Amino acid sequence: MLGSIGLVLTSSFLISLVALAFLIWAVANQQLRIGQQDALTVFDPGEAGEPDDPTAFGNGHVHSNGHRFDVERLGIDKPSRIPVLLLLVAAAVWLVVGSVFGMIASLKLHLPDWLNASELLTFGRVRTLHLNAVAYGWLSMAGIAVALWTLPRVFHTPLRLSKLPVVGVLLWNAALIAGLFAVSTGSTDGLEWLEIPWRIDVVLGVAGAFFAVPLVVTALKREVDHIYVTGWYYLAALVWFPILFLIANLPAMHSGVPQATVNWWYAHNVLGLWLTPLGVGAAYYFIPKIIGKPIYSYTLSLVGFWALALFYSQVGIHHLIGGPVPTWLVTLSVVHSVMMFVPVLAVAINQHVTVGRNMWAFRQSLALRFVATGAVMYTLASFQGSIEAIRSVNTVTHFTHYTVGHAHLGAYAFTSLVMFGAIYHMVPRLTGRDWPFPSLLSLHYWLVIVGFALYFVALTAGGLLQGLAMLDVARPFADSVTLTIPYLQGRSLGGALMSVGHLVFAAHLFLALGRMRAGASSPRGLTSTETERFAGA
Amino acid sequence: MNRVIPLFILAFGILAFATLFLVVMPFLQVRGTAVPEGLRPYSVAEQRGRDHYVNLGCVYCHSQQPRSPDQAPDQARGWGRPSTPADYVFDRPHLLGTMRTGPDLLNVGARLPSVAWHLTHLYQPRAIFDWSIMPSYPFLFDAKDKAEPGDVVVDLPPRYRPEHGVVVARPAALELTQYLLSLDRTYPSTPDAEDLRDQGYTNVGGGR
Repeated sequence: MLGSIGLVLTSSFLISLVALAFLIWAVANQQLRIGQQDALTVFDPGEAGEPDDPTAFGNGHVHSNGHRFDVERLGIDKPSRIPVLLLLVAAAVWLVVGSVFGMIASLKLHLPDWLNASELLTFGRVRTLHLNAVAYGWLSMAGIAVALWTLPRVFHTPLRLSKLPVVGVLLWNAALIAGLFAVSTGSTDGLEWLEIPWRIDVVLGVAGAFFAVPLVVTALKREVDHIYVTGWYYLAALVWFPILFLIANLPAMHSGVPQATVNWWYAHNVLGLWLTPLGVGAAYYFIPKIIGKPIYSYTLSLVGFWALALFYSQVGIHHLIGGPVPTWLVTLSVVHSVMMFVPVLAVAINQHVTVGRNMWAFRQSLALRFVATGAVMYTLASFQGSIEAIRSVNTVTHFTHYTVGHAHLGAYAFTSLVMFGAIYHMVPRLTGRDWPFPSLLSLHYWLVIVGFALYFVALTAGGLLQGLAMLDVARPFADSVTLTIPYLQGRSLGGALMSVGHLVFAAHLFLALGRMRAGASSPRGLTSTETERFAGA
Repeated sequence: MNRVIPLFILAFGILAFATLFLVVMPFLQVRGTAVPEGLRPYSVAEQRGRDHYVNLGCVYCHSQQPRSPDQAPDQARGWGRPSTPADYVFDRPHLLGTMRTGPDLLNVGARLPSVAWHLTHLYQPRAIFDWSIMPSYPFLFDAKDKAEPGDVVVDLPPRYRPEHGVVVARPAALELTQYLLSLDRTYPSTPDAEDLRDQGYTNVGGGR
């Protein structure tokens, strides 16, 4: 039995490795006929070389042309406008709601007798409400909004069936409200990331189809031959997430240890095969678009994509290292976790070199500042994740607040920052108006950066000390609790700054949308004819 | 790679491959696990208590998976021998957990077998450990002028005692306690069962 399992384990790794080697060979020998010219798909003819961003405020910049308002794209953007705006409003509301729950949960860890009169507000439920509101409310809907806006542009054709996503938004939000209500009153499926009762998950699944079908139809009707790398990430995520969601939610199928493996297969793949593609895909579009130059090495992006698919899909069991699961299974996930260096390096080289060669744009465009910072955080979060999965490191960090810090580095510092940047770039195009208070973008950036830095450093340091204390048999368990308290307070402080940043972001977004019809100034760079065409659009 | 359908098929294939390894194979390998002697299904009250444990989210602070002595001193802390898949055959949903903001609980029933202790601790953890950051659960209890027949009175130090009357446990508190007391996997594990847990630390550097 053990021999055959070893064989299977080795074969999984070898198959992944051979697949990757084949892919690299195919790319190197131009079997796939993909080259650097395909990276220009994000631009319209003649557009490459010009920076393009509505958040490049102020004067005296290098390449200061104001931003190009691409009239030829009005027709492409138009059908996506309403669903995208609806999704953004909902996402911003969920971000604020999720932050409130996050703050309460964080404070409760060092004020355990605060708000204890009702079970609705006990830590175990508030924490769950925070996770679900942020993951399925903010991150998923912001990601879908960006996808609905970006994919038609990448495919050079308008969004098809654009009424379906409007129904999708309503259904998704109704299901989410029902789900969070259920969790807050004690109806939960009891699995991390899968707390929403499966009956409500059915509605979420249907809502998801209302987003997916139009995107797939649009992809099939595209007017460019090449699918730009952003499209690979988005389209693959559209295949992955429904399967994950379906299998993990099958009622009465799973129990005991096999259920734990399904749980972590799902929970880690939500990050790897859903939120990561949404974030990386967006960064692959917005970085070159804002700078006006194609990505550094387009073929490398292909390797990065398929390596992500091959390796990330099998990392989940590193959450059960040292646990009651078969050794081969744990080893498989540890190996694949470490192999994640391959796709992450590919993305890192591509995105960071492109930004690094154009630092003027980083200083000039606030949207790019968010997206590029988020991209760097992706690299850091992934490297940290790979190292954390090594057994010796995991022995210290597992079961501690360190893991929480790591999760936020990925889900927050990476995905959320990319989404903020994408939204800052998109909304002026959607509304035809500049952001009303440009200085708020900068304020938002610094609030969330400083807040997150505090948050992350506190949990990382506190978590490491907590883990070391637990491993030292000479120290009582109480030590591992008491020593974390100042760090938990630090986390609350950082979380508070981040939450204020989210309020600034949401308030600014609502102001911008409120002004949409109020007839404020037209976006800079727009001629009067273009403004008229926009008004009629 | 430049057509939508092949992209879908490949993406699907890769996930199916991962699912085979992470979901199907562990299921096939573990499903035949025999129920250990000394483990019995949860009683109705224990299962109800388990449901409270689930819906109050206790799992977010308490793991239920003691590590092996090769890796960590969990056993020396009194948290029990390394657990095996057989210890969880009746668990739905699983509650392995990934945090130890509080201690591991897989054997808390064997370690702390007193109903009174658990009731006091649930009502106010700081009545027992001044360093504890566990939430208090006053909503699982009632304050009464005096105990009626059948009431279970919670034993409290003066500081946490109400000025008048007594604190009595609601059914939920009693059921939750029943569940906690049922957490006892101190029966011996078998070599076959041990084979199904992560032994990646065995004899690393000659053991500890």
